[in-house]
Amino acid sequence: MFYSLGRYILLLRLSFRKPEKYSVYWAEIMREMVSQGIGSLGIVAIISVFIGAVATIQTAFQLVSDFIPKTVVGGITRDSTILEFSPTITALVLAGRIGSSIASQIGTMRVTEQIDALEIMGVNAPGYLISPKVITGVTMIPLLVIVSVALGLGGGYLACAASKDVSTADYVAGLSDGFNPVIVTVCAVKAIVFGFIITSICAYQGFYTKGGALEVGQSATKGVVFSCIMILFADLVISELLL
Amino acid sequence: MIQVEEIYKSFGSNDVLKGITADFKPGKNNLIIGSSGSGKTTLLKCIVGLHEPTSGEVLYDKENFTSMHFEGRVPIRKQIGMLFQNSALFDSMTVEENIIFPLNLFTEMSRGEKLDRANFCLERVNLAGKNHLYPSELSGGMKKRVGIARAISMQPKYLFVDEPNSGLDPMTSILIDDLISEITQDFQTTTVIVTHDMNSVMGIGDHILFLHNGEKWWEGSNHQIAHTDNKELNAFVFASKFMQAAREKL
Repeated sequence: MFYSLGRYILLLRLSFRKPEKYSVYWAEIMREMVSQGIGSLGIVAIISVFIGAVATIQTAFQLVSDFIPKTVVGGITRDSTILEFSPTITALVLAGRIGSSIASQIGTMRVTEQIDALEIMGVNAPGYLISPKVITGVTMIPLLVIVSVALGLGGGYLACAASKDVSTADYVAGLSDGFNPVIVTVCAVKAIVFGFIITSICAYQGFYTKGGALEVGQSATKGVVFSCIMILFADLVISELLL
Repeated sequence: MIQVEEIYKSFGSNDVLKGITADFKPGKNNLIIGSSGSGKTTLLKCIVGLHEPTSGEVLYDKENFTSMHFEGRVPIRKQIGMLFQNSALFDSMTVEENIIFPLNLFTEMSRGEKLDRANFCLERVNLAGKNHLYPSELSGGMKKRVGIARAISMQPKYLFVDEPNSGLDPMTSILIDDLISEITQDFQTTTVIVTHDMNSVMGIGDHILFLHNGEKWWEGSNHQIAHTDNKELNAFVFASKFMQAAREKL
């Protein structure tokens, strides 16, 4: 475990060496942003709307009574969506979508000697392959989480409109009741940390792939599993520290 | 010139290279041959720095490459071109993008100059007009030729080729061998080729290094190889009945 941790840290250090040419790295970052960001928008939108709607319906089911104001549903949906559902569930889904793609892409490059070809040319292979992905991860995943929060709260609105347990006016009023801005900070910190975890761990797994097609698949699986575990662990640590 | 001095390489308790010393001269096709597991590819990877030797030195024009760190090696690496066994083309890039990739990173050439260079390299390997194809759209022989075009795009001083004929039919193999030989002559590169293809050995082997169990067992030219009395080399070169019959006629 310590061997892997040391190798992971050394790989990250190599990844953030001075680039050979900034323009080439910039083009790679833009390409990754389209792939990771735009490419993930659909799945993030679908899960966010459904999670927001389900959270609203379940909260309404448990809390709506004559003794509790109906606006509470909006407040609880808002807090749970911003604090937990959007950053964590989005990150877990993205670990599957982006993480497996990164690990298998870099792993395939390793077993087909494309990484060796980069090194022979004098290119810093970890820098060229990993740093654009990590930079993209820590910028695009927070943006996807913002979209997820908006769509999650929108999903809650649609659920209210459809179920009639809570009126949409009460839901909207509840969204702004007792709003504590610290939850947005926690959400942003989580999204950035999760973005780093997904991209760096999966890139590490891919970069040290040995063997052939079977091992590429195993690297992708390992990358996703370790990312998910680390996301949940980081979720706990950040919540404990910031709330 | 590339000099290899007393190279040892071990993987755990497995000693793969045992004190190899050799000189590879410019303008010559330097072939490293030997049976599978003899250490040919390991030696090539030690020379280009993909493996670090356990001990010994690799010198490029008297500069000690082995003792250099990553940054120190970059100027030498810019002078290296390499063709890999499976070509190792970048899948996500077109033929043209593969060839101009090192130019993008290491030169200040304009877009037009880079395209001119890519077209020149493609013409040199008889693939003019194939600029916009992806590696997945190419045959094995075409991939090798694109690999050569990429390797020569930076006008390398040193050219390394790992198993250029693997997976190719005899006609295409000869075409690739001739192409490598022409490039070596035209650009006066120090070319090091790992192969176990006997057509290559006999056809373009100006200087041949035969490895056996990780040791340098024999060194000479393709003219000398037919008349050697080295038992292991003869067993390797004249393994087939056809080659034995051919030797008797020499």
